[in-house]
Amino acid sequence: MSSQVSSPEITHAPEHASGTGRIWKTFTVLSVLTIIELALGYLLYWKHGEWGYTPVITTKLVIAVLTLLKAYYIVSIFMHLGDEIRNMIMTIIVPLLLFVWFIVAFLWDGNSWKTLRNTDGGSRANQTEQHQQHVPAVEKDAKK
Amino acid sequence: MSTTAIPTNTKWWNGGRSPFNISYGKVMMWYFLMSDAFTFGAFLISYGTIRFSVNHWADPNHVFNAFPFAGHANLPLAFVSLMTFILIFSSVTMVLAVHEGHKMNRKGVEKYMILTILGGLAFLGCQAWEWTHMITGDHAVLVNGQIEHWGTTVTRNPWGPEVMHNGAMVATPGPIAFGGYFFGITGFHGFHVFSGVIINLVMYIKTKLGHFDQRGHYEMIEKAGLYWHFVDLVWVFVFLCFYLV
Repeated sequence: MSSQVSSPEITHAPEHASGTGRIWKTFTVLSVLTIIELALGYLLYWKHGEWGYTPVITTKLVIAVLTLLKAYYIVSIFMHLGDEIRNMIMTIIVPLLLFVWFIVAFLWDGNSWKTLRNTDGGSRANQTEQHQQHVPAVEKDAKK
Repeated sequence: MSTTAIPTNTKWWNGGRSPFNISYGKVMMWYFLMSDAFTFGAFLISYGTIRFSVNHWADPNHVFNAFPFAGHANLPLAFVSLMTFILIFSSVTMVLAVHEGHKMNRKGVEKYMILTILGGLAFLGCQAWEWTHMITGDHAVLVNGQIEHWGTTVTRNPWGPEVMHNGAMVATPGPIAFGGYFFGITGFHGFHVFSGVIINLVMYIKTKLGHFDQRGHYEMIEKAGLYWHFVDLVWVFVFLCFYLV
């Protein structure tokens, strides 16, 4: 296990696992999570047009949580962050918490835009223009 | 596992050693990846903002339903699942290369680096096929009362809301942001895969030449591995945002 103390910055060389069992176990976990995600994706496809807002958004949230779980396994096991000391884990994870604000604020903003547009800035009742045509900005390009 | 070797009373912040207990190069690779995560995050969140702000968005099961050599068969999610598994598997071969590096086994590192490079190339091939298929696609779209046939590009989105025209449902142009975000973000990710393949190729050649044996450790393989796993990590989120939801 004394394979490497590569620089004087490192006090204690990490002890590396001798077997590959953990790697293959993680591969299995990632594959199973992906298959569950796909199954939920097909469920959404199958129920398309039948399900209302709540079941669709719930399924999508479950898929997002499973994705975060996959991210945890990749970072913790494959990138070995889980094997580092606490200082190292914190210097990576804490800045990433900004994403919580980032996602909430901007999706909220997008949704607010939609509401303002559909209500003419709150001057009328919310109506979704299903038939509205999005004419592409480059009409001249359409001739090619 | 590693923490068992470290005495609990170590004073990490007293100087003279890395408070993170890893080398400068690896810390900097992590910080680079963190900044890259924010770049990708900003792209994906911007995509989400636009998607949340419009009333209609293309249904991924409708857009991504093709498979090579399957003609017009409707196979939603199938091809992108293949791409996902290719990338997960190349991540496994990469971590196995790092593992062989810890054991100072040059032959093992070479074998797994070659497999990782092949996985990366396979993924890039899949992406090239998918882009070609989308750009050269041929979908009926009602534009100014006329039926036109469009592919998906950064200026054309044939996946808009459907309307009745001459007794049949036909799509209208959708928000053009769709193509821009799709090609922009998958392209930025694909470029990361491409540079990852180049880095892995350099690492393979350096391994082959015995540079890491002379140096006494295979830490460069670990740094290349961190980058490669990050590429896989980003794909997990691209897969979520463009194909699944």
